[in-house]
Amino acid sequence: MPKRLHPKSLENTIMHYCPGCSHGIAHRVIAEVIDELGIEGKIVGIASVGCSYNNYLYFKFDMQQAAHGRAPAVATGVKRVHPENVVFTYQGDGDLAAIGTAEIIHAAARGEKITTIFINNAIYGMTSGQMAPTTLIGQVTTTSPLGRDTSLQGFPLKMSEILSQIDGAVFVERVSMHDVKHILSAKRAIKKAFKVQMAGLGFSIVEVLSTCPTNWRLSPVDSAKWVEDNMMEYYKLGNYKGAELEV
Amino acid sequence: MPKKVLIKGNEAIGEAIIRAGCRHYFGYPITPQNELTNYMSKYMPEAGGVFIQAESEIAAINMVYGAAGAGARAITSSSSPGISLKQEGISYIAGAEVPAVVVNVMRCGPGLGGIMPGQSDYFQAVKGGGHGDYRNIVLAPNNGQELYELTVKAFDLADKYRVLVMVMADGALGQMMENVEFKDKETPYKIDKPWATTGSGMKRKKNYITSVYINPDELEAVNIRLQAKYKEIEKEEVLFEETDCEGADIIICAYGLAARITRNVMKLAAEESIKVGLLRPITLWPFPKDAVGSLADKTDVIMSVELSAGQMVEDVRLAVNGKKPVHFYGRTGGNLPTQKEILNEIKRVLEKEVK
Amino acid sequence: MNYEIIIAGFGGQGILSAGRIISVSAILEGKNTTWFPSYGPEMRGGTANCHVIVSDGEIGSPIINNPDVLICMTKPAIDKFESYVKNTGFILADMSLVGEDKIKSSKKQIFSIDAAKKAGEMGHKAYAMLIMIGKLIKETKIFKPETVEKALYEVLKPELHRLIPDDMAALAMGMEM
Repeated sequence: MPKRLHPKSLENTIMHYCPGCSHGIAHRVIAEVIDELGIEGKIVGIASVGCSYNNYLYFKFDMQQAAHGRAPAVATGVKRVHPENVVFTYQGDGDLAAIGTAEIIHAAARGEKITTIFINNAIYGMTSGQMAPTTLIGQVTTTSPLGRDTSLQGFPLKMSEILSQIDGAVFVERVSMHDVKHILSAKRAIKKAFKVQMAGLGFSIVEVLSTCPTNWRLSPVDSAKWVEDNMMEYYKLGNYKGAELEV
Repeated sequence: MPKKVLIKGNEAIGEAIIRAGCRHYFGYPITPQNELTNYMSKYMPEAGGVFIQAESEIAAINMVYGAAGAGARAITSSSSPGISLKQEGISYIAGAEVPAVVVNVMRCGPGLGGIMPGQSDYFQAVKGGGHGDYRNIVLAPNNGQELYELTVKAFDLADKYRVLVMVMADGALGQMMENVEFKDKETPYKIDKPWATTGSGMKRKKNYITSVYINPDELEAVNIRLQAKYKEIEKEEVLFEETDCEGADIIICAYGLAARITRNVMKLAAEESIKVGLLRPITLWPFPKDAVGSLADKTDVIMSVELSAGQMVEDVRLAVNGKKPVHFYGRTGGNLPTQKEILNEIKRVLEKEVK
Repeated sequence: MNYEIIIAGFGGQGILSAGRIISVSAILEGKNTTWFPSYGPEMRGGTANCHVIVSDGEIGSPIINNPDVLICMTKPAIDKFESYVKNTGFILADMSLVGEDKIKSSKKQIFSIDAAKKAGEMGHKAYAMLIMIGKLIKETKIFKPETVEKALYEVLKPELHRLIPDDMAALAMGMEM
């Protein structure tokens, strides 16, 4: 059996994420992309608020922790000081699509040369499973105990579709990490998003459909299936902008 | 020889920002500080710097956090309601020990309040504002020259201690023009920032900037370190100006515009043989508590004059510690106390306290 | 010396610029100065005023409670500020804009200046403020008239510099009034 190669950009440590959670996979994929692009020395990540609040302990490069929703503004500050660096935010759905809606929309509108990795698991993980702006219709959470009712709680936000309408956003793609095939295509999208930034083209974002077995009250295997059966139904995978870019 | 120029207070701050070597300004429009944002939009790019009109005050302070975290001198400016919005970011900056400067050209509140001059953000500025045990250095200029010099100094202090420094003026100081002398060359305090998120360049271990510590002992250790730093600042950085306090009938404590009005009152009072002294805190935090405390040995009555309902007076009382009576006079809503009003209050207080 | 001057009128009359011309002239003669404008809601509805202090010494409050000189370019302005003028001070009132009845009934020392009309005859209403500054110089000797010319070069936009000879003629006219 071949020895598993550990990405240079990832600390060799135990992460605090639950079994079956997509965060660990997303971290590894990001680290692999950074290794492959050879940008470990000039990458700066922005951690946000949510389960991944302390992922600066797991990544092996410079990072700055941001207040809830503010990561794109913090990334803007970091990038403008060192335009030669590659700067990305790592944000969940509550962070990006609720409290931080203004910051993500306007970072995109400015065409800020940063990359956002948007982890959409349709729930607030860290605070114990509340309804997220991306919670599906009918989905049971601790704050929508009878299931999300659109007459009471409105509709889930499709952030990739929204952001792709903004001229400053040049690369927008929605991917999933629930199986190997999808992880590989997610990695391609993340790599391209970084390359778009490195080419100075504008704002890039990859929305990653992710699992939260703990708060979904599902096993890791059933969680993967739930992504495929439910999330991908509402949140269509694919490139929303910038597929044609050659970088 | 440096030339004296007639310049608006808000623009004098802008000139100081550039001359202090700051090249990153993040703003959001709000009266009465708009001339500063406008000035930056023109002169920051000319100086090769970055100007961003952010989507909100919240975004602007977080851009400051990012830019300052990445090792640059960075600043945002606003006025009272906008400063309230920035408090989250200010607390994070304090917790993460990132050096940054914030300008508050105060209007009056509460709520949307009014856009006329006020000093009712004193509590917010010196007692915290955001959550957690932290302090900002708060500088209170009272003329165009000080708006310039203290803004330059704010960057130096921020870098020296890795704290947030607030320059707190009021709408009148921001809006008025005055003769200001710019130094030909400023020499900003230089310090290495090996902690900054500059990208490792593969030459060092990673840096990360954070204010979150889930482990109570770790967080307490951070707090203990912060408090030790604040103690040092209290010891080293107190600034105030004392005028005619020795043997005064009454001593007024006032800062900013209120101190300037008081200076006129001193002359008016002298015509009626009332000797009025003035103690003007220049650092609101660290508060000049020893100097204010020792006023009790120099006079029988102390009075705080503010454009507020009485905020700094609480610190004056703490410092005087009951040794002498401490009175208060202030106006709110954007109204300014007239010289006569203050003089009448002085006479009323003296009659009451001095038998 | 210490002069506290309030200039009051409507927006567009050059009230704030006149204040700047006085302040810059003061600086050019090595004096201290403050210039404090009305701002915000006060400006809505068209009124404009500014407080200008010129002094050899340190200036306390930039806000004037009792002016030495009140320059009035509208009737509402004189109604608002007249009573605050020092007993030792005076008012320069524009004859046509403030109105002769109002000027005659004033209890303060007051000069009726035909500034706006004369400026109109010269071809631009902006000259009215220069006429007023001319009169101010005559009554106070606050600074030398030639200093105003230098100040105009600093205050006015370059495209208006060609008008400075006419501005100075207006100033001279004011000094004759």
